[in-house]
Amino acid sequence: MAHAATHDHHDAHHGAPSNFFTRWFMSTNHKDIGTLYLIFSLTAFFIGGSFAMVIRAELFKPGMQLVQPYFFNEMTTMHALVMIFGAIMPAFVGLGNWMIPLMIGAPDMALPRMNNLSFWILPFAFVLLLSTLFLPGGAPAGGWTMYPPLSLQSGSLAYAVFAIHLMGISSIMGAINIIATILNMRAPGMDLLKMPVFVWSWLITAFLLIAVMPVLAGAVTMLLTDKYFGTSFFNAAGGGDPVLYQHIFWFFGHPEVYIMILPAFGIISEIVPTFSRKPIFGYKAMVFAIAAIAFLSFIVWAHHMFAVGLPLGAEIFFMYATMLISVPTGIKVFNWVSTMWGGSLTFETPMLFAIAFIILFTIGGFSGLMLALVPADFQYHDTYFVVAHFHYVLVTGAAFAIMAATYYWLPKWTGQMYSEFWGKVHFWCSVIFVNVLFFPQHFLGLAGMPRRIPDYNVAFADFNMISSIGGFLFGASQLIFAGVVIHCAFFSKKKAADRVWEGARGLEWTVPSPAPHHTFELPPVIHDDELAHGHVED
Amino acid sequence: MQVATTKVQDMTSGGIRIKALGTRAWAAAVGALWAGSAWVNPAWANPQPGQLNMTKGVTEWSHEPYFLNNVALGVCTVIGVLVFGAMFVAMFRFRKSRGAVAEKWSHNTMLEVVWTTIPVIILIVLAWMSTGGLVSFADTTGSQMTVKVTGYQWKWRYDYVNYQGKAIDGVGFVSKLDEQSNDTRQLGSELDPDAVKVGDENTYLLNVDKPLVVPVDTKIRFVITAGDVIHSWWVPALGWKIDAIPGMVNAAWTNIKVPGTYRGQCAELCGQDHGFMPIVVKALPKAEFAQWLAQQEAAGKAPPATPATPASPTPAPASTAAAPASASTTAAAAATTPGKQG
Repeated sequence: MAHAATHDHHDAHHGAPSNFFTRWFMSTNHKDIGTLYLIFSLTAFFIGGSFAMVIRAELFKPGMQLVQPYFFNEMTTMHALVMIFGAIMPAFVGLGNWMIPLMIGAPDMALPRMNNLSFWILPFAFVLLLSTLFLPGGAPAGGWTMYPPLSLQSGSLAYAVFAIHLMGISSIMGAINIIATILNMRAPGMDLLKMPVFVWSWLITAFLLIAVMPVLAGAVTMLLTDKYFGTSFFNAAGGGDPVLYQHIFWFFGHPEVYIMILPAFGIISEIVPTFSRKPIFGYKAMVFAIAAIAFLSFIVWAHHMFAVGLPLGAEIFFMYATMLISVPTGIKVFNWVSTMWGGSLTFETPMLFAIAFIILFTIGGFSGLMLALVPADFQYHDTYFVVAHFHYVLVTGAAFAIMAATYYWLPKWTGQMYSEFWGKVHFWCSVIFVNVLFFPQHFLGLAGMPRRIPDYNVAFADFNMISSIGGFLFGASQLIFAGVVIHCAFFSKKKAADRVWEGARGLEWTVPSPAPHHTFELPPVIHDDELAHGHVED
Repeated sequence: MQVATTKVQDMTSGGIRIKALGTRAWAAAVGALWAGSAWVNPAWANPQPGQLNMTKGVTEWSHEPYFLNNVALGVCTVIGVLVFGAMFVAMFRFRKSRGAVAEKWSHNTMLEVVWTTIPVIILIVLAWMSTGGLVSFADTTGSQMTVKVTGYQWKWRYDYVNYQGKAIDGVGFVSKLDEQSNDTRQLGSELDPDAVKVGDENTYLLNVDKPLVVPVDTKIRFVITAGDVIHSWWVPALGWKIDAIPGMVNAAWTNIKVPGTYRGQCAELCGQDHGFMPIVVKALPKAEFAQWLAQQEAAGKAPPATPATPASPTPAPASTAAAPASASTTAAAAATTPGKQG
């Protein structure tokens, strides 16, 4: 169909390599590496999801029916590690890889070979981590937070630590690449304050990654030396402090949870204006809010530790700081709603997921505000209320945003339209069952059910059964997602236009669909009205 | 009030605690307003089938989290209704299929100032309310009793340190999952969790062989630590949990207002049997507690054999829930009555 102006006079060697191995294993192309990240992420999503199915099956009714308690703990631990480091983070890196160069008019990532390396570390890290399931002694079972002294009892600690080191190296390289690309490779005229919000969100996220991944590496290395080299960082008998680990871990861990949500904010900020056919409300406020949230993420870590016996002054400080986060987050939600107000709305699958994101993420934000209130947190802490909270922000937040992004850009990637009917089926199944799955967990937590337990009193039976049914159906619904993606990539007959969506703005829609192997080899001439935020006054 | 002439030498302070800032009176006033003159039916202090909200608890302080929970939930509901309401209005009014034409504006300073300021004001109010509750919680001074709690994989140990200014000698015991729950919870046991009952109350995984027995109307200070890994001591009816950390000692307090049996669980992942180390607190009227304590002390002076089990002349109803050391039938009755439920 259309030929990219940027693609006219180039030789054949600029197309994708025809050799499968050369193309996919030795690639330095941001699009191919982006695809690899996304496939990896989807695979991890199903592996982590299968662990969740084991958890929900055991919790279907009171009594132990399927697995031993220790294996249950392995499942909760591995579910979290695989979903966080295998599914959510690589999905955002994949989306960033694919879209950031396209959105800022760059020919590729700034450091293409490092891009290849940062991806190919990941499969090895995960083989290492998952192999522990088949080793004597089993997988890590002390929770993804790996609190000592419990985590030091695990025979597979060294495997987990080495896997985390590898993932951390991968993340840091990915983050350096993204920062270098955004700061150095924008096309002339793509000023920082004309960048898409998704690019902004990734720029800020990348700085968070660089700041905190080394902190995690340090924390787990101290675990390693405590276990194998006789140090006592976290051993009170040797003059250490078990709580020190929690401080270090959560100094990583809280920015980490924003690493998993800021790019989602960016995605939603692209999709809502497109399907509202109206510029995003308060562009600068959106960017500023992301930056403010990123800053606050560094000074709230101890809200994960309100029950460890912090001094009163610390509890008050971390409570106030945590509550403050709801101000910039609230601004973002209000701005999305205002973007829709006065627009001309249509409800294709990406928009449906974006709207569900706004509502359900906000519910997760509400429970987050409740958790910030320390006296109430003394009750909520480590219960299913917390489980419900972080699944609302991570599943209906991060994962829904990733699905929205997939539907939004899939036609651009494959050159073919996905099935809108099956996309909507996937959406409605997901949005209904995810609430059946997680909403009752609020009640369980409030009634007194601790998290990470394999069995429970019969008082918790009803809501657990409802939650498990929702879990099985939500899990099954994701098979539809895989089906829609595979259909779109290989079987769909419906060609996608270059500007896939009527209201879409931004450079990625000026290149053909599917996006050619190389784009913007010559910097594009930027017309401000082509950009989503070309005429930013506010 | 004499406090804490503690005999536990190996303890260090768990943290610096600022003195109460005079907000206690305020907190008490709010508490009285919400809790009314009477506390809830203690049966509702333990998890109920279909329970939707947090328990109000049965202690002087436990209404604080309950009150905050309700206020915060109310605030969030109102905000949610407004924001989601606006969103749904937008979704119906501004549909392209209804001929809506997109407007061009993308900025409104007035609106932005308003929706930044109002949340800040709401937050200040919530912060002020929470701080009061937090300060009163942090004040463990003036206690009339001290109990040392130690978490182990996977049981709890309770040592009575002092009561009403007098040191207690040799009263301490281990409390672990009751046998019936333990048999039932084994993989492939084929036993029915519904059959694990004390009276009418299902106690599956929420019962122990030997509960912690404490008096009501007494400010009890808990000093909490652990012997192996981190645990967390949580009884919802008392309104808080606090971590039991090896090598550290945390302090917390309670003042139970209603006699009864209150059940909780370990709340920090502590290994394979984390789900199987419940906590049972049995609150007795002061006189009965004094009797119970005297018996325990007497038994403690005897050779350190099995945990003290004085002959109980009457068949104690609900024998698994009531302490084996129930001093009298009245004590047993007091402990089991609240367990009844409609």
